Amino acid sequence: MKNVKVLGSGCANCETTAKLIADIADAKGIRIELEKVTDMAAILGYGVMTTPGVVIDGKVVHAGGVPDSAKVAGWLAPAAGGGGCCGGCC
Amino acid sequence: MLDALAAWLTFDLIGLSRGTHLGEAVWFFLYDVPKVLLLLVAVVFLMGVAHSYISPERTRAWLANKPLGLGNVMAAGLGIVTPFCSCSAVPLFIGFLSAGVPLGVTFSFLISAPMVNEVALALLFGLFGWKVAALYLVLGLSVAIVAGLVIGRLGMEHHLEDWVRNIQMGAAPDLGDEKPGWRARLGRGVSHVREIVGRVWPWLIAGIGIGAGIHGYVPQDLMAGIMGKERWWAVPAAVLLGVPMYSNAAGILPVIQALLGKGAALGTALAFMMSVIALSLPEMVILRKVLKPALIAVFAGVVAAGIMLVGFVFNAVL
Repeated sequence: MKNVKVLGSGCANCETTAKLIADIADAKGIRIELEKVTDMAAILGYGVMTTPGVVIDGKVVHAGGVPDSAKVAGWLAPAAGGGGCCGGCC
Repeated sequence: MLDALAAWLTFDLIGLSRGTHLGEAVWFFLYDVPKVLLLLVAVVFLMGVAHSYISPERTRAWLANKPLGLGNVMAAGLGIVTPFCSCSAVPLFIGFLSAGVPLGVTFSFLISAPMVNEVALALLFGLFGWKVAALYLVLGLSVAIVAGLVIGRLGMEHHLEDWVRNIQMGAAPDLGDEKPGWRARLGRGVSHVREIVGRVWPWLIAGIGIGAGIHGYVPQDLMAGIMGKERWWAVPAAVLLGVPMYSNAAGILPVIQALLGKGAALGTALAFMMSVIALSLPEMVILRKVLKPALIAVFAGVVAAGIMLVGFVFNAVL
């Protein structure tokens, strides 16, 4: 199960982002553990300056603004076999 | 062309007559709404495309370890084009400082980013013409540069809250930002229009509606007594009045434009607008988390003084 953290001080965009991720996970039947991180020191600890930020399994994948749904779906999808995503092919 | 179209709609199609209160108000509304909306969409779109070139992380890297002076000028300029949302003001502030951007330079950015924004510029351009928009741009940048310089010179680093100075900022994440193609850049423009224009259009239309009412019904020169040039206290009063207000330029500017037609002075009006945007109470509350009261007071005082100066200069020159 993926652990998803939404980093943000509780602004409207952060709520929207958390809801968007939850909705897409629901729609795709993917079970995730969704957490909201509002502590400023923790947010900055991830190196994120612009909220909302998104952390998947401990890795920052997004910062600044509401992500679009295609991106979210990409994060939630099970990792492609053999980690073949490094050649810039996809 | 929009002028003719609005006149045709008002006086021929709807059948109102020129010179009546209602006729003038409706004509004003039908002329202003499409003109201002078109300009707003165009400017916001271009700014969205610009955002695909400049991220806060990149701006931070440019500003790191820049000396006061040059750094302040760059910070104020980058404040216009860097994507910025006031809800990120605190992490951005700390992120800049921890990467070695001087305090005064960081303030120049934080003052310029909300004040000299594309919505305000587009509306000024649409409602008042390019000269006023250019003046606002230059004076807004000047306020941001000078206020940042003053704060930097005062050496107030020890007036940051303790937790800010002790913070451990993580390394900037690698988001794998490969260079976007032109299609992605245009996409940024479109989504920026959706976000910004989608949010401000009801305010804009309400503002123009109120402005149209003032244009049609309020007697000429009524405002001259309250907001006219002769009243020296009008500028400080406008700045004070702007602090508790936290609105967007979209709702206020059309009303100001209508008031100008009734004898209000432009400098007073612009000072009011800058104050509403740059000195908002909610933002002070947010910044209080990272700044001790003395630094907040200096920040508010310096920016307020700068805005008043702008108001007086405008009133004197125009």
